[in-house]
Amino acid sequence: MQEQLKAIQQEALANIQEVNNLKELQAIKVSYLGKKGSLTQVLRGMGKLSPEERPIVGEVANQVRETITSAIDEKNTVLENAALEEKLQAEAIDVTLPGRPTKVGGPHLLTKVIEEIEDLFIGLGFEVREGPEVETDYFNFEALNLPKNHPARDMQDSFYITNELLLRTHTSPVQARTMKEYKGEKGFKMICPGRVYRRDTDDATHSHQFTQIEGLYVDKDVKMSDLKGVLNLFAKKMFGEDRDIRLRPSFFPFTEPSVEMDISCKVCHGNGCSVCKGTGWIEILGAGMVHPNVLEMGGYDPKVYSGFAFGMGPERIAMLKYGVNDIRQFYLNDSRFLKQFHQA
Amino acid sequence: MLVSLNWLKEYVDIDGVSPEELADKVTRSGIEVDNIEYVAEKSSNVVIGFVESCEKHPNADKLNLCQVDVGEEKLQIICGAPNVRQGQKVAVAKPGAVLPGNFKIKRAKLRGIESNGMICSLQELGFDEKHIAKEYAEGIFVFPNDAPVGESVEPLLNSSDAILEFDLTPNRADCLSMLGVAYEVGALLEKPVKLPSEEVTSTEEKAADYISVKVEDENLNPYYGAFVIKDVEITTSPLWMQNYLLAAGIRPINNVVDITNYVLLEYGQPLHAFDYDRLNSKEIVVRSAKQDEKLVTLDDVERTLNPENLVITNGEEPVALAGVMGGANSEVTIATKNILLEAAYFDSVSIRKTVKATGLRSEASTRYEKGIDPNRVKRAGIRACHLLEKYAGGKVLSGVVEYDVLDRSEKEVDIDTDTINNRLGTNISSDEIGNILNRLQFNFDRNEHHFKVFAPTRRGDITIFEDMLEEVARIFGYDNLPYTLPTGSATAGGLTKSQLLRRAVKSYLEGVGLLETRTYSLTSETYIQKLISNEIKDLNPEPISLAMPMSEEHKYLRLSVLPELLKSISYNLARNQYNLGYYEIGSIFITNEKELTKQPNEQLRLSGALTGKWFEHPWQMENKKVDFYVVKGIVEGLFEHLELPITFKQVQLPDMHPGRTASLWLGDKEIGFMGQLHPALEKEMDLKETYVFDINLEVVLQAHHHEPSYTQIPRYPSVTRDIAFVLDQEVHAGDVQVAIAKMGAPLVKQVNVFDLYTGENLPDGKKSVAYNLLYQDPEKTLVDEEVEKSYQEIIESVSKQFNAYVRS
Repeated sequence: MQEQLKAIQQEALANIQEVNNLKELQAIKVSYLGKKGSLTQVLRGMGKLSPEERPIVGEVANQVRETITSAIDEKNTVLENAALEEKLQAEAIDVTLPGRPTKVGGPHLLTKVIEEIEDLFIGLGFEVREGPEVETDYFNFEALNLPKNHPARDMQDSFYITNELLLRTHTSPVQARTMKEYKGEKGFKMICPGRVYRRDTDDATHSHQFTQIEGLYVDKDVKMSDLKGVLNLFAKKMFGEDRDIRLRPSFFPFTEPSVEMDISCKVCHGNGCSVCKGTGWIEILGAGMVHPNVLEMGGYDPKVYSGFAFGMGPERIAMLKYGVNDIRQFYLNDSRFLKQFHQA
Repeated sequence: MLVSLNWLKEYVDIDGVSPEELADKVTRSGIEVDNIEYVAEKSSNVVIGFVESCEKHPNADKLNLCQVDVGEEKLQIICGAPNVRQGQKVAVAKPGAVLPGNFKIKRAKLRGIESNGMICSLQELGFDEKHIAKEYAEGIFVFPNDAPVGESVEPLLNSSDAILEFDLTPNRADCLSMLGVAYEVGALLEKPVKLPSEEVTSTEEKAADYISVKVEDENLNPYYGAFVIKDVEITTSPLWMQNYLLAAGIRPINNVVDITNYVLLEYGQPLHAFDYDRLNSKEIVVRSAKQDEKLVTLDDVERTLNPENLVITNGEEPVALAGVMGGANSEVTIATKNILLEAAYFDSVSIRKTVKATGLRSEASTRYEKGIDPNRVKRAGIRACHLLEKYAGGKVLSGVVEYDVLDRSEKEVDIDTDTINNRLGTNISSDEIGNILNRLQFNFDRNEHHFKVFAPTRRGDITIFEDMLEEVARIFGYDNLPYTLPTGSATAGGLTKSQLLRRAVKSYLEGVGLLETRTYSLTSETYIQKLISNEIKDLNPEPISLAMPMSEEHKYLRLSVLPELLKSISYNLARNQYNLGYYEIGSIFITNEKELTKQPNEQLRLSGALTGKWFEHPWQMENKKVDFYVVKGIVEGLFEHLELPITFKQVQLPDMHPGRTASLWLGDKEIGFMGQLHPALEKEMDLKETYVFDINLEVVLQAHHHEPSYTQIPRYPSVTRDIAFVLDQEVHAGDVQVAIAKMGAPLVKQVNVFDLYTGENLPDGKKSVAYNLLYQDPEKTLVDEEVEKSYQEIIESVSKQFNAYVRS
């Protein structure tokens, strides 16, 4: 009987090896291991064996069954893999054909610049404020130390609506409004982005509407060196760690001392080239220590409080940073322009 | 202000400092130097020569054969200039000379005759036109008779001079004078200032015998000084003076006028010379002009005056527009013998008004407008007398006839070392502060760490502590300030809720494929009335127009963002950009007032415009044009994003497609509209089929109060059912949807439209709309009977309410 079993095993293994599809493999399985399979048939004869023979033959029979079963399983895996492989081959596509486009929108370049600056100053503890675009003469000029007959406030330069109301010429009125809100009672840091208007004829470098970001920090013991430190941080984050700043004395009615900030030219790093017109430096923004008259009109005692303020033009920053050479591009909304900057 | 460095050297030592270095120093301490200009390019071996003889060239009509003495030798030179004459002193480029453009002068033969050098024009010596007096604009330059033969031409021509262009901020009017510049440069280089000579040899005759001065309004004219100079000889001014004037951008005229201009530039004090004999009177009266009084000014223009204009009169009629321009009737001419010289202080506001009214802006008026030094008014007059004596042969009569109530006191400003360091964040010693004050040549009293500074009157900008703080800081050097960060009370920075939400709205819209735009807030009369949302119209807004618009295109403050946005769309179409999805967040300006007395309400709107293809995938033959439902999907998605319930109602609006427009509602509040533009407007604005939306963003942001909290995920299975209703065409699918949801509540959690059908198998005027209903009970598993009961109720109710029946 043992020989019989060995013969079955040999025959089965030979058959399994030869088979090359799952269906036939299944048939082989049935023909050996099924209820009427040859192995099963042989095992049915076990009962006729003597009690001594039975365990010995039983062990052999089990070995044979296991060998055949595992050979079938093994072959089954091989055949399944082959079948899957074949299916996948048939499913192959041309991955170089274009995909179905997803609409990609994006922010305006100015928004991108403004939000970058906002986030930078938020990190330094500044709140972001806004103010009206139609301003009173008082907040736009008077509260900023520009009294009525001041030469710097020419009717010709501003879009007046009435004698007392105009389109704000800068975001600085928000300085005065914020101070009023804090009632001279505590220190604060704020920036204010927004649209502003001047009576300019639109050309490559002028726009009757543009944007500004105003910054104001009022507290006890604000120092000019703090202004320098904050502006330096801003310039390096905005334009690159390898850029330097320099401050030059300047004049604005609402600050004293006043400052003009330059950054080193990215092309020549301060040595002078055609980009910076040989100076090595590019003007970025105006700033200064808040004029005592402005603090006082805002309700802050200039003997106790001091502050610094700065104002910058996102258009100018965008032009310098991205090489835009015509300010009108920001307002024409040419899709070919907008799409150049909508990436993350 | 154009600053000639050769001229500046007269007052302050700048040797060893290159023009570039000086420009950098000046720029970094507060006055931007915009430009450095050299009067002429470098040339070598050009000397003064004397033309001993000048004859016609035997072989050429237009050439002259000159024998020129150049000191060590005599040169035969052929010269083509029409103005060359015997007896002239001229600029001679000797053989071996190199002229600008690397032009080397060699011995040569011209038409058979030897020429050993070249007699030069200023152009040939590399002078820019603007540095050439007009008589030498063509032909060679002729030196005065006393020019030293054989010497280099450079000193007399001032050709090595460099001119710095100072871009002065309004507070630095002191640098509208060479002396002011000298003080500034002196402070920077730590050099003293040398003052010019004001020596005058007065005659015994008294000026008071020739003139009297009367001033009507002491506020408008607190000082008027009249000097009388007799027997002047009108001629050209010395070459050096002409050169300096040219360098400063002023054309030389004659010695008397040049001297007044020279002192104007030197002291920053405007002066005016009248022809004394043409005044026809012995008095000067300064008064306001009478209404419509006439004066012909030096530029030969008749000016009609009014009482806002201050005039100088001879007691009868105006002879000058005070501080602005002299009158033609008393102008100095070639025949002038006796001069009345005016040195006065006029109120800046009054001068500004006259300048504005007449449009006349002169070197004089600019200085008066910005404020002059009260301590230099009279001194400038004396300085001019010194020069008139020296260069015009004038006899200065003794005494100045003056009206004088001028305040010449110096402002006292107290500063102390601690406060200065505290404000600057520095550690400057008191001695260093003292040194800075000395460099600035400011007088002060010092008491250890306290200084009482007497701000010189030339620096009218210094009145308070902070002004001195800036002076100390800028001389100390902004570069030397340390970098520190704020140490005061900590503040939590950040965006407001509204700002955060706006960013969320923007990122949603950009995520679904829209590009953000920025358009102008000012629009035209045509567009101001267009595409105004209903809820804005209900406010009866009055258009707000500018008092002085720059153009018709930008005259009104917008009442809708859409028209300017559509202009951008049109701009793109004209450039073959057809597929556009734009949005903008911007303010509109609302008022009820016809004449604005208070600020208008500024309302933030969210507007969008879409046109062309929304997406396209040609090789898979997918192609989707922008239509109503594309835009509606974007709007719905936005409100889903904000968790606000938005509803759409069919509406008809001007300029919008009558059948494809919806008003947007948040509860019972109308908040905007969306839909297709009316084809007539599309045509008018050169647009193709375009869809827009316009939403009151402010209301939306206020309504938003979403604070998410966890809701249990349903544990029991849901059941879905479909129903298709046959409806009349006019019935709105959305209304049926709402009715189903209402009827099915609370078990029906969602109702969606999944099919719309018209056509075959349906009667005319009917449509079939299929809805998918989602049933869910959070408490238990639904049983069929419950669902079926609700389903039947819905069918019955909808059928009745909408005259509908179920499509089988």
